[in-house]
Amino acid sequence: MVKAIEATGLPVVHIATVVPISLTVGANRIVPAIAIPHPLGNPALEAAEERALRRGIVDKALEALTIEVTDQTVFER
Amino acid sequence: MVMRKKNMAKIKVVHYINQFFANIGGEEMAHVPAEKRAGHVGPGMGLAKEFGEEAEIVATIVCGDSYFNENVDEALENILAMIKEEEADLFVAGPAFNAGRYGAACGTVCDAVQEKLGIPVVTAMYEENPGVDMFRKSVYMLETTNSAAGMRKVLPKLGKFALKVARNEEIGSPAEEGYHARGLRKNVFVEKNGAERAAEMMVAKLTGKEYVTEYPMPVFDNVEPGKAIKDLSTARIALVTSGGIVPSGNPDRIESSSASKYGEYSINDMGETAHGGYDPIYANEDPNRVLPVDVLKDIHAEGKIGSIHPYYYTTTGNGTSVANSKAFATEFAQKLLADNVDAVILTST
Repeated sequence: MVKAIEATGLPVVHIATVVPISLTVGANRIVPAIAIPHPLGNPALEAAEERALRRGIVDKALEALTIEVTDQTVFER
Repeated sequence: MVMRKKNMAKIKVVHYINQFFANIGGEEMAHVPAEKRAGHVGPGMGLAKEFGEEAEIVATIVCGDSYFNENVDEALENILAMIKEEEADLFVAGPAFNAGRYGAACGTVCDAVQEKLGIPVVTAMYEENPGVDMFRKSVYMLETTNSAAGMRKVLPKLGKFALKVARNEEIGSPAEEGYHARGLRKNVFVEKNGAERAAEMMVAKLTGKEYVTEYPMPVFDNVEPGKAIKDLSTARIALVTSGGIVPSGNPDRIESSSASKYGEYSINDMGETAHGGYDPIYANEDPNRVLPVDVLKDIHAEGKIGSIHPYYYTTTGNGTSVANSKAFATEFAQKLLADNVDAVILTST
């Protein structure tokens, strides 16, 4: 889906847990997620902390969208 | 390196399977770390039958699919140590069919075992399994159907092929042996020279007869990265997910696996997940853990982005075909363009 959307010219950032899979299928901007059942969360944290964690990942994702890339790039948190 | 005398002793095999095939549990047990059990487990029984007197599964390693993919380094270290202990002659992983995390794990472990322990390896999975593209070049992977219904058919093939690999016998072409093409070129001598073969191929092509290319053109389907956003504060952002988030009750009945459709829903209407390929408990408690609408709204409220597209697009990534995924995204991307969306955040589990 990432590539099909990006083929229209729209930049896409892929927030994914299994980064090697995202790389193999060809996403250009990748932000690693937390875990498979909760990519943007952590149930072990207090609600406020969890929201802050989620915020951090989305901030990173938005930042990735502002950066020109020529090759596949993983934006580590 | 110790050279072992080739004798008629049974080939010692270590088998790797996931928590589901070991009957530990489904997604709710995908987090279990690797453990070693003596003898065969689950489908290993069928595989052992195929091996007969030639080989013996001396141990089976069972590992949760989520655990492996979330802790690759640690899992590999432990698994390699477990295999080394057994002094195995052969390592077999799967079959993984279309289970993506399982296939990725099988490929990753096989690759590491081959490289670090020098033990011959074989796995098996469906062609769309991400594990294939990840490791086809280095690991022998037999073709399978896309679901575990193909288990009975693939075990005999797997047993036979694995023995060949273990004995270091001549391995034929992918077509002959039934493994995913590795992209390796092998020089062979043939009777006819190139000019003759090319002419024959051309004649066949022109007269509509069948011919087989000697060199399949590589398929490059990478996409140009989209241009970066110059000014986030005026940008319109859309959310998409393969994590299967849907409104409560899954009104359009998006399938839990092999989705035949996608949904377009208001970002204020997230209720649960339809995806059957991961433990749904956390996403059901709070769908924002898969599709971060709440924080995106915060970011918008702070003026950091211009606007949010009012709908999210969702489907289930679990076993959904590449063709379908592409078709869905191509279709809804038109809506994004029509609504002047500038960029997309796509989340996957």
